[in-house]
Amino acid sequence: MTPTSRTLVRVPVWPLFVAVAFAAVALTALVLIENQRWLGAALAITAAVCFCAARFGGVAAMEVAASENPWLLRGLIMVASLAVIFVLRDDNFGLLMLATVLIYATICLGLTVQMGYAGLTNFAAAAFAGTGGYTAAMLGQQGGLPDALVLVCGGLVAVFIGSLLILPVLRTRGHYGALTTMAFGVMFNVFLDANDFFGGPQGLKLPGINLFGWDFTNDIHIFGLVLSSYVNYVILTGILTALAMIFVGLLDRSWVGVWFDVVRLDETAASVFGLKIAYWKVLAFTLGNFLAGLMGAVYAKMTGFIAPANFTFGDSLVMVSIVILGGIGNRWGVLPAALIVVLLPEKLQFIQEYRLIFYAVLVIAILTMRPDGLVARRVRKLHTEASA
Amino acid sequence: MGMIGQHLLNGLMQGTIYGLVAMGFTIFFGVMNVIKFSHGDVLTLGAFGGLVAVWAANALGLSVPLQFIVALCVAMALTAVVGAGISHFLIMPLRNAPPLNMLLMTMMVGTAIREAIRLFFPNGTNPQRFPELLPAGGFNIGPSFFRTDAIILIIAGAASIGAVYWIINHSKFGLAMRAVAEDTETARVMGINFGRIIPLTFALGSITAGFAGMIYALYYSEINYSMGLLLAVIGFTAAIVGGLGNIWGAIIGGYLFAGLQTFVVAAIPSMSDYKNVFAFVLIIVLITWRPTGLLAERGSERV
Repeated sequence: MTPTSRTLVRVPVWPLFVAVAFAAVALTALVLIENQRWLGAALAITAAVCFCAARFGGVAAMEVAASENPWLLRGLIMVASLAVIFVLRDDNFGLLMLATVLIYATICLGLTVQMGYAGLTNFAAAAFAGTGGYTAAMLGQQGGLPDALVLVCGGLVAVFIGSLLILPVLRTRGHYGALTTMAFGVMFNVFLDANDFFGGPQGLKLPGINLFGWDFTNDIHIFGLVLSSYVNYVILTGILTALAMIFVGLLDRSWVGVWFDVVRLDETAASVFGLKIAYWKVLAFTLGNFLAGLMGAVYAKMTGFIAPANFTFGDSLVMVSIVILGGIGNRWGVLPAALIVVLLPEKLQFIQEYRLIFYAVLVIAILTMRPDGLVARRVRKLHTEASA
Repeated sequence: MGMIGQHLLNGLMQGTIYGLVAMGFTIFFGVMNVIKFSHGDVLTLGAFGGLVAVWAANALGLSVPLQFIVALCVAMALTAVVGAGISHFLIMPLRNAPPLNMLLMTMMVGTAIREAIRLFFPNGTNPQRFPELLPAGGFNIGPSFFRTDAIILIIAGAASIGAVYWIINHSKFGLAMRAVAEDTETARVMGINFGRIIPLTFALGSITAGFAGMIYALYYSEINYSMGLLLAVIGFTAAIVGGLGNIWGAIIGGYLFAGLQTFVVAAIPSMSDYKNVFAFVLIIVLITWRPTGLLAERGSERV
């Protein structure tokens, strides 16, 4: 929005406060409640409130307020996150789940850049995350490298492995393109299962994170309060998710985002206007793989153990499902979608065993009834200045 | 030297199964421009249906050849119904959606079938023994030993490939199918019942999956809930390498993939665990070299 429009229309900011507060309360409730019946009720209420907000313009009001006051939104999210962490401070399992949700969400942000923006298909996100995880494990066995570098290395190795796939990814399109990443994803798993050097099917153990002397395995003592050691991981993953979110958002708003859109929607038109299609596709592929590798390394460090079974083709499918479920190309949709896909099966005991079937039916239902996902991506408005 | 015959037979057997699966992929793609990724799990379903039929026939006291026929019929009927059902209720409503959505949808249908077998089939998590219904034994040619049932299965597989080819190219139904594949609108104007041809096509493609599932079960004498996933990936790979929509391409792709696997096993036995890794690497290289398959789809991009 331009400065003139801000002086002309005063947008109420209270929807922003209400939305963030509601999200924080709902999240805390869903993580904390153990009783299945209460959990069901909480889920139903959350869904009903979301539906009503979407139906009666609450979401639209919130979006307007958010676009008018981006820094207020960021500050509110910050405060709400600290409040959630404070409430959950000694719930190890809840914190672990929260960190896992954030890891999935960040990997899916990378997928959003690849699939939603540049239009590449990637059915090997879990394999790239696994590459990062195994890098962290191997470097951890060697020792000597600071953990901050280990995590970055995880991302870089994923980028390197991904760069081997660049040529087929660039040359193929559509279904043929889906094949290359799919074959890579399956191959990754078969290779690890057969290979003793990387621990075979039993996997590898690795130590926790120690960032610049900040040891993640210790509880945090602050103002006389004891916070579980998992708070460390939630904070780290939260920061990484926030950074990725801001970065992807900036990318989308800048001309790079517009060019991604052009490359995705019409390659011929893009090349007519002088865009180097290969260049932008490589950029998107690399960015996404870096995020996947980085978060895979964090995941491996957090759980302290990795095995091929953590990074199967099925997991890649789950990640693609999150992107589609959230609304392909919409970075905000990734968060609720990751929450639904990761948290619900953990919390609802009766679907634990049936989790894959639950995902499958959920995705089928979404695809048939709401193909744009929960939070559909808006059509880009390039003429706001002119109309305002 | 004795091993060569063994490898050859094994490779031919796997190639026949892969080719049958790939043929299904390519039929669906040719007619509807969709990749039906649940194809592999429909195959699993067919094999499990056959297993239940054998159990039932055994309980009724039928003779072994009758058990075989019952199992085959049940497997093929089950896959036909499921295939037609999937096309009618899930694929048709989405046919104007982006290809990615369709791919994901069919993958999820496959996941649902796979998980349903794992969870609801008695003791479904573990591999199930499939009874041997074909004559056991075999014969020697020189130093190589040939299993009789393998020979029968390879011939049956090749015959079924031929039968499907005949149906597509020489029957009236095949003509209607090809017309729909060529130009749906014109085909409908010419009075072809689109709403009936599509499920029938999917039924035909799925029957080949059921047949392949029976071949797999009879040859390996063991089936498990997740066998369809790798078969689907390999079948899809074979169809892609051959060039989607091209039946001969799919069959060549299937035998090629089996050949690559067998070659790795035969040439470097210590690396036999990596046979799929090698095969997939070579396939990725191949697809980079020819991005639309060996026997490429015809047609150019219009602006």
